[in-house]
Amino acid sequence: MTPDTKRERLAISRPTEGAAGKTGTWRVFRPVVDKEKCNACGLCSTYCPDAAIDAELDVDLVFCKGGGICANECPKKAISMVREEK
Amino acid sequence: MDTIPEIPKEEYILKCTSACAGCSDSLALRYVLKAAGPDTVLVVPACCTSVIQGIYPNTAFNVPVYNIAFASAAACASGMSNAFRAAGKKTNVIAYAGDGGTLDIGIQAMSGAFERGTDFLYICYDNEAYGNTGMQRSGGTPLGARTTTTPTGKTDNKKDIDAIIAAHDPPYQATACAAYPQDLFKKVTKALTFRGPTFIHILAPCPPGWRYSTEKSVEMGKLAVKSGMWVLYEREYGKLTIGAQSKAAIKKPIPLEDYLAPQGRFKGIDPKTVDILKQRIAKNLAKLAAEEAAS
Ligand SMILES: Cc1ncc(C[n+]2csc(CCOP(=O)(O)OP(=O)(O)O)c2C)c(N)n1
Ligand code: SF4
Ligand code: SF4
Ligand SMILES: [Mg+2]
Repeated sequence: MTPDTKRERLAISRPTEGAAGKTGTWRVFRPVVDKEKCNACGLCSTYCPDAAIDAELDVDLVFCKGGGICANECPKKAISMVREEK
Repeated sequence: MDTIPEIPKEEYILKCTSACAGCSDSLALRYVLKAAGPDTVLVVPACCTSVIQGIYPNTAFNVPVYNIAFASAAACASGMSNAFRAAGKKTNVIAYAGDGGTLDIGIQAMSGAFERGTDFLYICYDNEAYGNTGMQRSGGTPLGARTTTTPTGKTDNKKDIDAIIAAHDPPYQATACAAYPQDLFKKVTKALTFRGPTFIHILAPCPPGWRYSTEKSVEMGKLAVKSGMWVLYEREYGKLTIGAQSKAAIKKPIPLEDYLAPQGRFKGIDPKTVDILKQRIAKNLAKLAAEEAAS
């Protein structure tokens, strides 16, 4: 809390990116898109629970948890889940 | 009617919540908030959603959220809605609660709010158990499903909360499923156009709770609908409309086993229980089809 803010009487959380940490560190498998096979339908981005695939269909690996719904739903089978190197 | 809606690009959940990988509650909430927009307050009782918000003093949710005790979510939302309307504000008030918080613990306050005609939307996302405390059975758990408190499978049927809501005769109620985000988006958008209490019941497949691997959440939701285990419909001023996906399931459902087999919670379910589930599905589909034909 900055010194000049009034004392808050309620516990208020504020919107912050990374509120739960960099969830990409959870990943065991990483989605890799084969741009040759991809027809840009956008379903991977539609179904990502964490909105980690943007409009350009790039995966944000800082936050992607590696759940793999994108790969499972891709009608072109263009996404493969590749094991992360430790 | 089934035109593909223009879904806003804006996200109201910042990257990322602490939800499990593959959580379909997160997927559902993403589209609920896209439909509701920034002039919205969520009232969230204890549940996975209240946990995944983030840890004080940070939150991943970019709309105001009021956390409240289980039994008071709808009562709190009622007061909030009245205060907004008295101040001339149209702010959407959405109570967003789990199945435990809705079918069991919050049902009294919810019934009261529907009786009083509170101008709000109550959403129950249903992962069919008390998820965030480790998957104990709830009124939403289906017959035969194993949970930590029903280790050999639940011996009671799933409570029909939609029929209970229908008895309050709200202007609008609907069912939805996280695997059909466009349909969910449309229903939330529509619900928020009514003055008065509206209700949406969302099936939200849960990988750790239902014991399937994380990539299958959307697949599992679709299998639930295709098998008739979950039915998509809307009831507007008493007139029932069954969704196209569920109409197909009424004509020709996929075998229930296709839905049960991939889920560890149904492992070892005995054939008699499967038969009872099948009979209940057939009865429910026939009842809804008859209601639609008559309304
Ligand atoms: C009065 C009360 N009883 C019990 C709890 C513990 N508790 C917190 S969340 C929860 C489970 C909620 O289940 P549900 O509403 O289905 O939401 P989910 O966690 O599945 O998303 C329980 C039992 C509590 N917070 N308050
Ligand atoms: S779902 Fe598959 S085909 Fe569609 S945009 Fe994503 S990677 Fe490309
Ligand atoms: S337990 Fe289930 S509903 Fe809760 S955060 Fe995990 S996947 Fe989502
Ligand atoms: Mg639950």
